[in-house]
Amino acid sequence: MTAAPLLETQKLRKEFGGLVAVDDVDFTVPEGAIVSLIGPNGAGKTTFFNMLTGVYKPTDGSIVFDGEDMTGKPPHAYTHRGIGRTFQNIRLFQNMTALENVLVGMHTRLHSHLLGALLRTPGVRREERDARARARELLEFCGLRGKDGVIGRNLSYGDQRRLEVARALATQPKLLLLDEPTAGMNPQETAEFTGIVARLRGEQKLSVLLIEHDMKVVMGVSDAITVLDYGEKIAEGTPAEIQSNQRVIEAYLGSAAVTT
Amino acid sequence: MRRRLGAAISAGWWRCLSVFGLSQKRWRSLPRTTRRAVKGLVWTGIGLLLVAFLGVWEWSALVIAAIVLVLVVPSWNRLVVSGHRIGQWIPTIAILVLAVTYPFYASSTTGVSTGLPQLPVFGTFPLMSTMVNMGIFTMMALGLNFVVGYAGLLDLGYVAFYAMGSYMAGWLASSQFSQVNVRFGGIGVIQGLTGIHISIWLVLLLAGMVTALVGIVIGLPTLRLRGDYLAIVTLGFGEILPQIARNGDSLGGFNLTNGTGGISPIDPPGFGSWLHRHFDLPANFGALGTTFDRTYFWTILVLVLLTIFCSARLRDSRLGRAWIAIREDEIAAAAMGVPLMRTKTWAYATGAFFGGVAGAFYASYNGSSNPDEFYFQISVFILVMVILGGMGSIPGVIFGACFLTYLNSEGLNNIGAWLNGHFGPGGSDFEIWHKPLDVPQYNFGIYGVILVVVMLFRPEGLIPSSRRAAEFHEGVREESLYDVEHGAPISDATEAV
Repeated sequence: MTAAPLLETQKLRKEFGGLVAVDDVDFTVPEGAIVSLIGPNGAGKTTFFNMLTGVYKPTDGSIVFDGEDMTGKPPHAYTHRGIGRTFQNIRLFQNMTALENVLVGMHTRLHSHLLGALLRTPGVRREERDARARARELLEFCGLRGKDGVIGRNLSYGDQRRLEVARALATQPKLLLLDEPTAGMNPQETAEFTGIVARLRGEQKLSVLLIEHDMKVVMGVSDAITVLDYGEKIAEGTPAEIQSNQRVIEAYLGSAAVTT
Repeated sequence: MRRRLGAAISAGWWRCLSVFGLSQKRWRSLPRTTRRAVKGLVWTGIGLLLVAFLGVWEWSALVIAAIVLVLVVPSWNRLVVSGHRIGQWIPTIAILVLAVTYPFYASSTTGVSTGLPQLPVFGTFPLMSTMVNMGIFTMMALGLNFVVGYAGLLDLGYVAFYAMGSYMAGWLASSQFSQVNVRFGGIGVIQGLTGIHISIWLVLLLAGMVTALVGIVIGLPTLRLRGDYLAIVTLGFGEILPQIARNGDSLGGFNLTNGTGGISPIDPPGFGSWLHRHFDLPANFGALGTTFDRTYFWTILVLVLLTIFCSARLRDSRLGRAWIAIREDEIAAAAMGVPLMRTKTWAYATGAFFGGVAGAFYASYNGSSNPDEFYFQISVFILVMVILGGMGSIPGVIFGACFLTYLNSEGLNNIGAWLNGHFGPGGSDFEIWHKPLDVPQYNFGIYGVILVVVMLFRPEGLIPSSRRAAEFHEGVREESLYDVEHGAPISDATEAV
């Protein structure tokens, strides 16, 4: 470990009644890394994600992000601090235009408030103009050029996924959390998307935490992979290490398949 | 069903026209303005015929028809003068001018001007007092629109804010607290009168601010809840505050609200003698004699314009976007950095502000604040205005508020009089029923029917905002999942609620 990690969880735990969805997971994302979180369905990946964004409060354990203890804070505090996310099942603002979706993403980086908005002071006007310009850039970056005015629900599936990324980027994150971003994409779209993720790290110096089922994507872009099974961390390491890890293969194929 | 009905009507229409040699294709090939002119002429023609046969004809009906045609037929919003798209403002400005000058052409000292025609069935044009009420309710409906229309929070207790504003006026501009003697620009206060008498203009502002504070206090615990739970809790608060008003004549021996008697009299607004002398503004609204209504009307018009201004500005701001985002998807909004509690509380406080100002103005207009005016029905009534007109749509909400207030204050009365006059005992056409029908008695039944019909055929409201219209018409959910004949319909009307 060279520098302090951007994100660090210690003994993070979430129980739903008697069910332990995430079981004392220690986890780190180093600065500038692309880390993937994989595991069979129901392994607790999304629950883990939801704790990292404040949607769920952990039962126990701590989350330290960028040097600050974030445990138990509300979602917008995480976003403000620099964690942006997308959702597994797309959650765009369906009746807002693509541009407005991105503008909502900028909420925490803009400052105009009630009185300023009412009087539309020069400062507020400038801020709004700059925000729109930046939102257009982001849309373009994510391959949505010329779709500013299209209402969220009218975008194609792939475009909706891309808009989710654009919206998450609008929060100016240091760490981007992508929850199965390529689910439902065709191979070509997936390849394009992988390109975007790689560019994010290269150009915008972002760290990325990825939940993904498509192993080609995971193995292709990740620096490190963590494997969850039944809420427990069963392995972590480089893609090569994970591919040959006995416990991972067991978790995915079932232990019977390995022993026989 | 709605779609099938529409298609049937349309097909029948074209079959009728083809008798006269006008096919759909030839119609389409006509210039846009011509088509609009023809449509406008046909509709105003029908309107005039209705006035002639079902109303009372006056030649001024032609003037009204001409004004409508001039506003409707040309594509005003395409008018560009030296780069400014001033055209889109023309209909708005025209409506505003018509509203401002309403007292001159529509009212006389005895009530409604006799030069105007009587509308079919609805009878005479609204009285000035009705117009003032329309303004007050428009302001409240626009206030509720912040909460329900923008932020999507169902508030069933809006009457609490109305009551709060009303009592603020009662406390700060009457002799209620005779223990103290405070004066600050109060109008029409006789020498030697005790109590707090602050200028109504200041009281309006204070009432708004205090009500907004009350909104925040109520909002902080309740806005954590979602959907139905929030509705129930706001319903509770909407009952609690008026109950306090009703029973607040001896709070530990202190007479806060004067109980069921209400607080009266409350000082009228006015500009004072200095402004009266120099700018000829009315010194005291209460001492204007028969024309005092119109002064109140212009005042509430200014207040409504301010409310519209705030509605539009806030809707297009960072805060407004956050409200709409919360309405669309709360979890996603939070994940995008929108602080839910704070943003919702702002919506609540803004809505409460305008409710409070409207309440204070109403108290000053009536000269009293009376607990009997703050029933749960008022909350529902204002909510229905917002839903009927179109949630989140400023013109829609204004229309809904004006229309329902009109019906409530005199429209139903007029309709009843018309029905009784034609079909009642000794009716001019033929006698169907033999005891006079009391239409206003059925008011809530009638509003219910109106609401059901609108929700079935136009779930997005009568004048929807573009966003809501898109929600109901562009999406994949547009068609019913099952045909009506084949099984349980999942129509889009169910999604409106």
